[in-house]
Amino acid sequence: MTPLVLQPQSEAELGQMVRAAQGPVSLRGGGTRGVAYGPGTVLETAGLSGITLYEPGALTLVAGAGTPLAEVEAVLVAQGQRLAFEAPDLRRALQRQGVSTLGGVVATNASGPRRVQAGAARDHLIGVRFVDGMGTVVKSGGRVMKNVTGLDLVKLMAGSHGTLGVITQVAFKLQAVPECAVTLQTQVPLSAGLGLLRRALGSPFEVSGAAYGPFGAALRVEGMEASVRYRAAALKALLGGDWVETAGDALWAGVRDAHGLDDGALWRVSCKPTAAEGVVGALAGVAHQATFDWGGGLIWIAVQGVGDAGAALIRGAVAGVGHATLMRGRGAAAFAPEAAGVAALSRALRAQFDPKGILNAGIMG
Amino acid sequence: MDMPLPDQRIVNARDGLIARLRGVLPADAVISDPAETRAYECDALAAYRCAPLAVVLPRTTAEVSAVLRLCSQMGVKVVPRGAGTSLAGGSFPTADCVVLGVARMNAVIETDYDNRFIRVQTGRTNLAVTGAVEADGWFYAPDPSSQLACAIAGNIAMNSGGAHCLKYGVTTNNLLGVTIVLMSGEVVEVGGPWSDAPGLDLLGVICGSEGQLGVVTEAYLRILPKPEGARPVLMGFSSNEVAGACVADIIRAGLLPVAIEFMDRPCIRACEDFAKAGYPDCEALLIVEVEGSPAEIDAQLARIKDIALRHDPVAYRESGSEEESRKIWLGRKSAFGAMGQIADYMCLDGTIPVSELPYVLRRIAEMSAAVGLSVANVFHAGDGNMHPLILYNANKPGDLELCEALGADILKLCVEVGGCLTGEHGVGVEKRDLMTVQFNPADLEAQLRVKDVFDPAWLLNPAKVFPLDVTASRRAS
Repeated sequence: MTPLVLQPQSEAELGQMVRAAQGPVSLRGGGTRGVAYGPGTVLETAGLSGITLYEPGALTLVAGAGTPLAEVEAVLVAQGQRLAFEAPDLRRALQRQGVSTLGGVVATNASGPRRVQAGAARDHLIGVRFVDGMGTVVKSGGRVMKNVTGLDLVKLMAGSHGTLGVITQVAFKLQAVPECAVTLQTQVPLSAGLGLLRRALGSPFEVSGAAYGPFGAALRVEGMEASVRYRAAALKALLGGDWVETAGDALWAGVRDAHGLDDGALWRVSCKPTAAEGVVGALAGVAHQATFDWGGGLIWIAVQGVGDAGAALIRGAVAGVGHATLMRGRGAAAFAPEAAGVAALSRALRAQFDPKGILNAGIMG
Repeated sequence: MDMPLPDQRIVNARDGLIARLRGVLPADAVISDPAETRAYECDALAAYRCAPLAVVLPRTTAEVSAVLRLCSQMGVKVVPRGAGTSLAGGSFPTADCVVLGVARMNAVIETDYDNRFIRVQTGRTNLAVTGAVEADGWFYAPDPSSQLACAIAGNIAMNSGGAHCLKYGVTTNNLLGVTIVLMSGEVVEVGGPWSDAPGLDLLGVICGSEGQLGVVTEAYLRILPKPEGARPVLMGFSSNEVAGACVADIIRAGLLPVAIEFMDRPCIRACEDFAKAGYPDCEALLIVEVEGSPAEIDAQLARIKDIALRHDPVAYRESGSEEESRKIWLGRKSAFGAMGQIADYMCLDGTIPVSELPYVLRRIAEMSAAVGLSVANVFHAGDGNMHPLILYNANKPGDLELCEALGADILKLCVEVGGCLTGEHGVGVEKRDLMTVQFNPADLEAQLRVKDVFDPAWLLNPAKVFPLDVTASRRAS
């Protein structure tokens, strides 16, 4: 039997559906970026769509979790603003169809190259409403930039992959689109390239992108035009070598969306930037391709022809210096195993928020 | 303000408790002489005082763990304390508690410029974190006004901000990992010198949890390369409304100053009398600071000046030297001290949507006049984080109560216009009973459930953050 798809049109209706649920519920925004989806009845949040508040003067946006990311980006850009954390579009990398939603962005804490300067999705999320596993509506945070009132469930919900509750509404702080962006590129070997990225990030020149891939080493600076010109020149002087200036838009979109890594399993590795080379080095003798973002702090790795998708090698190399998530492919657990203490706290939190254990059940351990 | 009745069983067993604390800690780490524990009777919310049973000052995570395990076994409450600078009573003791101070844990454990972090013990002061990396051209961004004295432990507990968080974010945006000791004594490592959690973002809920979830003993902090330079500009306006409109225009124009500070007339006068900073005589004053190379600063200030001139400022002074920059900041930085000279004051901390600034300032003025207590406003305008200072006379019977009632009304106003009770100071005991203004029972219950996970016996930092009636059943069981 084809499973029934639940499509609530309001937060209240969603609450009733979760309260009434007899078995597991598998949550979807647009189904474009989930690392994993739980078993059971599919529940889609696309019906919770629409911008409820947009105040350009206060750099604030509040919208339903089902609101398409693209719709929000179009509204913002018309006012010269944006979501600064540069959420990736993972449809190609994860071989998905569908329409990315704000709820999915938050549930996966989806963050792109600008994270090194501007922070992650969670750093721009200022408020959230969600329905917990008992069907109760909960809010945390609000619509203001600075808020330390009560425990910060906003951060807890960001990146919780639907295991604590179904996000129904999100509030973001926004950023003005800078008037100018310049990308610097140079072709150097990996080790030297990663070293350049780290030096650039250690400079006062406010780099907003630092990546290494088939394109070589790439740096991005954004801001007022005179300032961008100055910083680009200062970076070239600091780092030496031959740098070419490019527009960079396609390059950063490709880094953000993990393009060019289409074969085999796909890993997303968060690590100490200086550990990046060693993590990829552990794959010597295995067919693989890698793109480095965040100055080496994020590595996208495609691995071919290993039974466990390369899990033993990658997770072994990253132990103690980061963690690896299997984004595409089989043969290993998607989420990295956690240390006992953290795992116990996380399990207990999920049991508190979802005592029936029905929301994206079991996907995070 | 009500506090729960002390647990007499625990109070009566004080001597035994102290003996057992001495059994797990070095002799000088346990303070039990009432003359010495007096220093720990209050924090910066000095209107409230209560002597704890004892104070412990451990030097290591293992010692913290031993204390918590012991207290947990004995059912003794523990109040964690950084440097005791909380304005919200975040480390206010109870009569049946042990105060656990981390002040002696102030070492730098590791500095790593290549990976842009520093790892410290959390008793280290905020300014001493920057001090450890400054000579090499780096700094730690969150800069609460108390940064000379306040400890990283308290910064993490309260998710502290500061004048420059408009650009750099608050503590939670600059925290990479912690070592946290749970009430059970269990030591848990959360996060590290990399981005993202592999699973749930526990770090996100630990930061800002006001000592409800555990005692953070070590932290990985993001450090940043120091900007090439910074320059403030001072502008005076003929009304709060005009100054508020100028702030909105600067933000709307997409300029990102590192700080936009706002002072109203009562505050300007007090600061001028106190610090002689040479501020103009006007209704409202803004200090806007930008960073970068000299040329970048010039370019940004040119834009800001364009905007400011459209609002007919009565004064516009760009700093031309280090000395002038110092003078511009002098008044603002001495605002709290200046207020303390004229009167006792209560400092509020609500945040509002920036667009509501003029309305809220007008309402505060009306409410202040109706009650007959002066209110001076000095705050971070760029992010809507208000700091109304209500002046009162502690020696005048009834004045404190009047002040607290006005404070509560102002915070309710902040929530009413879409804001919150506290932007960077925390709830503590001070705003505990106002939480129901901002949160409904279900919202609060979700927070209590997080507390249940980390501290199931409800022994850590009692009677803070949550209204007492909301937590009564949990505390009793």
